[in-house]
Amino acid sequence: MPIHDQGYRRYQGDRAAAGRAWQVIAQAGVRGIISQRKFLFLLLLAWAPFIVRAVQVYLAANFQQASFLAPRADTFREFMDQQGVFVFFVTIYVGAGLIAADRRANALQLYLSKPLTRFEYVAGKMAILFLFLLLVTWAPAISLLVVQIAFAGSFTFFLAHLFLLPAITLFALVQILLAATTMLALSSMSKSSRFVGIMYAGVMFFTSALFNAVRGITRSSGLAWISPSAALEQLGDVIFRLPPRYDLPPFVAGLTVLGLIAVSVLILERRVRGVEVVT
Amino acid sequence: MPDTSIPAAPAGQDTDPVVSLQGVSVNYGKNWALRDVTAGFRPGAVGLLGPNGAGKSTMLKALLGFVVPDQGTMTVLGLDVAASPLEIRSRIGYMPENDAHVPGMNAVSFVAYCGQLSGLPAADAMQRAHEVLYYVGLGEARYRNLETYSTGMKQRIKLAQALVHDPDLLFLDEPTNGMDPKGRDEMLELIYDLAHNKGVNLILSSHLLPDVEFTCDYVVVMDKGRVATEGPIDALKGPGGRVYELRVKGDAHAFLGVLRAQGYDCHDTDEDVMRVFVPGDAGAQALFALATREGVQVRHLRPSVPTLEDVFARAVGER
Repeated sequence: MPIHDQGYRRYQGDRAAAGRAWQVIAQAGVRGIISQRKFLFLLLLAWAPFIVRAVQVYLAANFQQASFLAPRADTFREFMDQQGVFVFFVTIYVGAGLIAADRRANALQLYLSKPLTRFEYVAGKMAILFLFLLLVTWAPAISLLVVQIAFAGSFTFFLAHLFLLPAITLFALVQILLAATTMLALSSMSKSSRFVGIMYAGVMFFTSALFNAVRGITRSSGLAWISPSAALEQLGDVIFRLPPRYDLPPFVAGLTVLGLIAVSVLILERRVRGVEVVT
Repeated sequence: MPDTSIPAAPAGQDTDPVVSLQGVSVNYGKNWALRDVTAGFRPGAVGLLGPNGAGKSTMLKALLGFVVPDQGTMTVLGLDVAASPLEIRSRIGYMPENDAHVPGMNAVSFVAYCGQLSGLPAADAMQRAHEVLYYVGLGEARYRNLETYSTGMKQRIKLAQALVHDPDLLFLDEPTNGMDPKGRDEMLELIYDLAHNKGVNLILSSHLLPDVEFTCDYVVVMDKGRVATEGPIDALKGPGGRVYELRVKGDAHAFLGVLRAQGYDCHDTDEDVMRVFVPGDAGAQALFALATREGVQVRHLRPSVPTLEDVFARAVGER
């Protein structure tokens, strides 16, 4: 009897219903990322501002002389602005290779020959990025709110600023959705993770530089929609009930963000296929 | 848990086609990759044969749902490809032509991952991954990263990922591409074993006639996007007659014309060697008689049996 006869048996066990493959993709992706020490260091670094802010809250709550450090509503807005740097780095680190690496290894045809849809594939990949971006935006901001309540020993601040919980959540979701869809779209356009990372950084820096140049020339920030970062900042101010920093109507900022997400989804729809047809 | 029983329905017993195409056409820009293809793939091992560009891979990709046909309908395992793509894909395994893997994984993680994507629970997928990797001959290398695999090993791992969820039907696209002779023989034995001993139906797409002839019982020959011929290999080779390798001195071209005028099927195999199919019992004497009549010398005459190569040559009209 050939040796290989011992190794193949028919399978009659359970099979999961269709629609859960995205979880398999997400779990495998998360496991792959957290096994990298460099990423864990980046994640740790992303929580450093939280530690600083937590100390600030502690001092304000326990020492009269440090009461000027007491958090206000805009403290949370500033905190989320600061976390934008880590959103940028985590998006590149985690997101650049999510689809590009699969394209390089011709894995898309393997994925899509399994019982999963293109939507599920993208959802699985997006869940990986979504989770890690939540860990550097929403999670520390909410933790800061919890820390404030714990150190102050009362819900006074929280109840006086009830809008903060939905504001943090909504802004984090918009920020993550924009970063994740844009990055996945770029990742689906190349086979090189490095190139995707450079492209993403280039788009962010170039649009910001262009906006600042236009702003300098026109002495107006009405064209903030040129830069996705600026449009997001404008939306953030509105969400946190702060005076908007640019002369851009909030709905235009919202349309810019929505437009970018829509374009990214369109690119993903066209690029994530089992076969690339060149006519 | 995995079942150890022998397959209930051995390949080849049921004659309902596992795959059928009705008037399927696929257009890439100005080129028709498939033109009004109507074909049926019966259970067992079926070879999809044809030269490069004949439309074999396009047909498989259309059956997988990667390419949407411009017209026509297709069914796989009795399910409509357009209506039930996920159900179909949960029951088929696909081994693509080119190198393909999920990056950053070792072999056993990769195969188990593919099993989970196909709906197997994590524990069962891992167990099946180990079994299948042993089956395809990668047992000792299963903890190695896929990026370090040789071409032959990558072919085997593609077969393993296609098998891990125990599909009812396998699509194998050029499975011996880039393999050394020993590896190729082993791969063909595996394919033969799957189809004939393990009850897995398979469609083997290849331009290599010996591969198809060794592993398959039935063949569909494609040429320029159309089905040139199809049927059981033995039947296509023909029940009667002999094939002769023939080399003559004299006007070989004119003699070729004479042979064809006599109704003999012949085609060139080399610079000056032709293969001549002589139907019935006429045999070599008929060839000698014709050579004598036409004044050409027979320098080489070797009897042979009809091969798939002859079927293929006849089907695609090679002369």
